[in-house]
Amino acid sequence: MANSVTEQIQGLWNSDFSVAYVQPTAFAGLHVLEFVVPLIIAVAYLTYAERKVLAAMQMRQGPNVVGPFGLLQPLADGLKLLAKETIIPSGANRGVFLFAPMLTFLLSLVAWAVIPVNAGWVVSNINVGVLYLFAISSLGVYGILMAGWASNSRYAFLGGLRSAAQMVSYEVSMGFVLVSVLLTTGSLNLTAIVDAQHPFWVSLMLFPMFIVFVISALAETNRAPFDLPEGESELVGGYNVEYSSMTFALFFLGEYSNMILMSGMTSVLFLGAWLPPFGISALAVVPGFIWFALKVCFVLFVFIWTRATLPRFRYDQLMRLGWKVFLPFTLVWLVFMAAVLLYNHALPGMQGG
Amino acid sequence: MIEAIFFYVFSAVLIGSAAWVISSRNPVHSVLALILAFFNAAGLFVMLGAEFLAMIMVIVYVGAVAVLFLFVVMMLDIDFVKLKAGLVKNAFVGFIVGGVLLAEFVWMYLRWGMSQVTPHVMMPTPDMAQVNNTQALGMVLYTHYVYLFQISGLILLVAMIGAITLTHRRRPDNRTQKVAIQVARNPKDVLKVEKITSGSGVH
Repeated sequence: MANSVTEQIQGLWNSDFSVAYVQPTAFAGLHVLEFVVPLIIAVAYLTYAERKVLAAMQMRQGPNVVGPFGLLQPLADGLKLLAKETIIPSGANRGVFLFAPMLTFLLSLVAWAVIPVNAGWVVSNINVGVLYLFAISSLGVYGILMAGWASNSRYAFLGGLRSAAQMVSYEVSMGFVLVSVLLTTGSLNLTAIVDAQHPFWVSLMLFPMFIVFVISALAETNRAPFDLPEGESELVGGYNVEYSSMTFALFFLGEYSNMILMSGMTSVLFLGAWLPPFGISALAVVPGFIWFALKVCFVLFVFIWTRATLPRFRYDQLMRLGWKVFLPFTLVWLVFMAAVLLYNHALPGMQGG
Repeated sequence: MIEAIFFYVFSAVLIGSAAWVISSRNPVHSVLALILAFFNAAGLFVMLGAEFLAMIMVIVYVGAVAVLFLFVVMMLDIDFVKLKAGLVKNAFVGFIVGGVLLAEFVWMYLRWGMSQVTPHVMMPTPDMAQVNNTQALGMVLYTHYVYLFQISGLILLVAMIGAITLTHRRRPDNRTQKVAIQVARNPKDVLKVEKITSGSGVH
């Protein structure tokens, strides 16, 4: 009896319909889980790492009570948030209010579809990977705007507006940085970008763009010193002031997974992702994904380090930096890079020309 | 079959959300529905193999234009009673405009002729197996029609500068930060550098 049931299941699994539709869907689902589960764990321990690093920089202990060295603290925090009551303000626009955190979290996950973690380790190796990432990161603003509006609270609304203006401003210079990277590699495919080998002088020209990118990434993820959308000192908690329990947790998870995403983008675009540093072939014995993880951790450390070191920007200073410093600089530098590459016949597609 | 299902899903949601844009009472909901419509249009582009256009659609329309729409609409304080009064007053004009548009569509549809042979075109679409559409678009915009492209960019620039000069007003009482003066200050006069040994802190 049991035998016939397993045979039936096997028969169903091997049927035409299953081979055509069910099996690919199941494998794709598994493939996605391979990325999402480590990501969620990474997000949990990023919050722990942030608290520990901040504590070390401020000569405190940090979380050290739950589990050895406080290692179970993220789990405890997660459980606490799960167990709390979800409060929806009576004046709130319910649908939009609940959709906003889901959208934020969803967007921070779907962007990982194109990030190559190792040679060939990518969910979807699409031709326009860079554009996809840019598109998804430009959507991130909606979660915050919707949250700010739907909360029906002055503080949340101001936080949402600030965030929208800030993200739109820094996206412009970020776009120019991306274009400069494309100029040196000639492909929108992220794997091709990692594999492109630059001569030293090209990397040197990309270095200022790398700095601009990291600073813009701080602004895009609303991290200190650009965390004005939260701005505890003026806006209480900014856009997420009315959120509690799981809805708050989703914002929190979204913010941290966006941080990891931006670090991943930085390491793919500038740090060579899974390739060993400085092209030292002896270091290739370490598997590629470990190099990728180390590079991501390095950029994340810079994020946290910045938070511990710098005070928050004033809003007009933030806008000035975005529009009057980064935008002209990246624009001029892009033209300069294009000119130098053209002069040296190093533009992709004109090799040996 | 799977393509057909996706096509119908995208199209149905696109048309549904377009209807939602004009029927929603809350303007913010309208903008959100508009975003959904853009998104589904991008999905249809992906299905056509035009992934570059799809991404540009999301970046430009969803990521920039709609953000600014939402930004403005969210800050409006809308009086629904006044809005309805305007509706009745302007309904006649609206119907005329809609009627003209409809007549045009009907006329175009009736006169529409499809030639059986593929006509000789100036720029035949390159084979997608050889050139991906990002490269094909790049060739058209930046190689074959670079001057036209640059001129249209210039026109947009002029329009933007015009809009800024028309709306920008300089307020004399505005106390903006003068960065040059601040940068020109001597660090010795304003900064005290403390050398702190690691792990000791400042009290």
